Amino acid sequence: MSQFKIDKSARYAKTHEWVRMEEGVAVVGISDYAQDSLSDVVFVDLPAVGETVTAGKASATVESVKAAEDVLAPVSGEVLEVNSALENTPEIVNERPFETWFYRVRPSADLDAELAALLDPEAYLKHMDESAH
Amino acid sequence: MLYTPLYETHLALGGRMVEFAGYALPVQYPTGPLAEHNAVRSAAGLFDIDHMGQFEISGPDAERFLQWVQVYDIDQMAALDAHYSLLLYADGTVVDDIFLYKLNARWLMAVNAANRAKDWAWLQAQSAGFAVQLVDRSDELCMLALQGPLAERILQRLADKDLSQVAARTAVELTIDGYPVLAGRTGYTGEDGFELYLPAAQAAAFWERLLTAGAADGLLPCGLAARDSLRFEACMPLYGHELSAAINALEARMGWTVSWHKPFVGREALLKVKLEQPQRLLVGFEMLDKAVAREHYPVAVDGPENGPETGPQVVGSVTSGMKSPTLDRFLGMALLPAAYSAIGSEFSVLVRGQPKRARVVKRPFYKPRYKTPPPA
Repeated sequence: MSQFKIDKSARYAKTHEWVRMEEGVAVVGISDYAQDSLSDVVFVDLPAVGETVTAGKASATVESVKAAEDVLAPVSGEVLEVNSALENTPEIVNERPFETWFYRVRPSADLDAELAALLDPEAYLKHMDESAH
Repeated sequence: MLYTPLYETHLALGGRMVEFAGYALPVQYPTGPLAEHNAVRSAAGLFDIDHMGQFEISGPDAERFLQWVQVYDIDQMAALDAHYSLLLYADGTVVDDIFLYKLNARWLMAVNAANRAKDWAWLQAQSAGFAVQLVDRSDELCMLALQGPLAERILQRLADKDLSQVAARTAVELTIDGYPVLAGRTGYTGEDGFELYLPAAQAAAFWERLLTAGAADGLLPCGLAARDSLRFEACMPLYGHELSAAINALEARMGWTVSWHKPFVGREALLKVKLEQPQRLLVGFEMLDKAVAREHYPVAVDGPENGPETGPQVVGSVTSGMKSPTLDRFLGMALLPAAYSAIGSEFSVLVRGQPKRARVVKRPFYKPRYKTPPPA
């Protein structure tokens, strides 16, 4: 049993990003495991609205006290909106990782294949356990 | 991997262990680096700094040797005085930054963990012709730091002497639970506090005693991340960042440590730099664009001779940078050509290749708050 929370309605990248489909829009954030390994988040560098993100490529950067980590886009598409709450209160990534979305994406035609390549919650739980060792 | 006597203690406290200078040390505890940082600014924090080396120097030529091998005039030190200093190479660059204690018929030198072996070899080599004994006490002594405005109050609960009488940059010899503890009123956080030297065998018990004594005051165990963010705000140099064998002491703005009126290794080269003025200087800067500038990020300016159309030219690099927890500003230090070092001077930091504007500001970012003034 993992010490970390998961969102059962999301799919996960092995690099610990989550994506949740909400009415045809892909909503992206980082997992509880990711925020814990980063420790205190002090800044999030988000993509610009209108920018295209590509699955598996850096789409945002999370800066913790000690390090900068890329957030890889779990799916490709055009950024429709970014979470402006992150600008002044980046600590919400640590406090509520599954409510704290980074950006929303209009997915590309490759969505189904990209989602299929991600982990379901059960597989991600297993993956976290392996990552922790 | 090397272990301090507190390794098991850190594990029991939930410390997140990382390798630092060959030692397994906690980068943070479950409270997190920001809470630990804030505890030191507002109450107190306890650090395991036993990765640092401790050398003892004694013998008839101890004073003459120390005058030669480090930059500060130790004739100015009375018994139980403590002083920050540098060991220099002949070219004026830095072997290490050190802390010296004048004890009874011997001296104690605290050195950086990463430089311990190098310093030891350097001191041995420099000691040729001097009647001195050098003893490495690093394994038998444990070194802790208790830092913060409430450090005195907390340590006083264990101490057998009145700590309010201990001035900054002096030390006091305490007896706690029957063993000796040397407490130097100094630190690496910009707060009042103590660096403590005690027998390694007592380290775990003493750590426990201190944490218990300070629990009601908000004392937290603190890891390497908080140690770095605290020293950074106070603009205290970290070897390998602001100090190195590739940066001379004046470029690093450490001239204040130097007693020019006496001979020491590196004096000639450094004096030449002083007269000709340093080519490069360490600056403090604030980001104008929101971004975290981290070490090694390039610093660029618009081409001054060829006009802005030549695009940004890399002229230096960031030595340390972060979002300051206390000041809530994006700050950094960088080594730049002297021409760009004036307060208010602007440049770009290339953050993952993207130029982000920054401006030189005064150092230190956080003005150290010392309770007791150092001796005149």
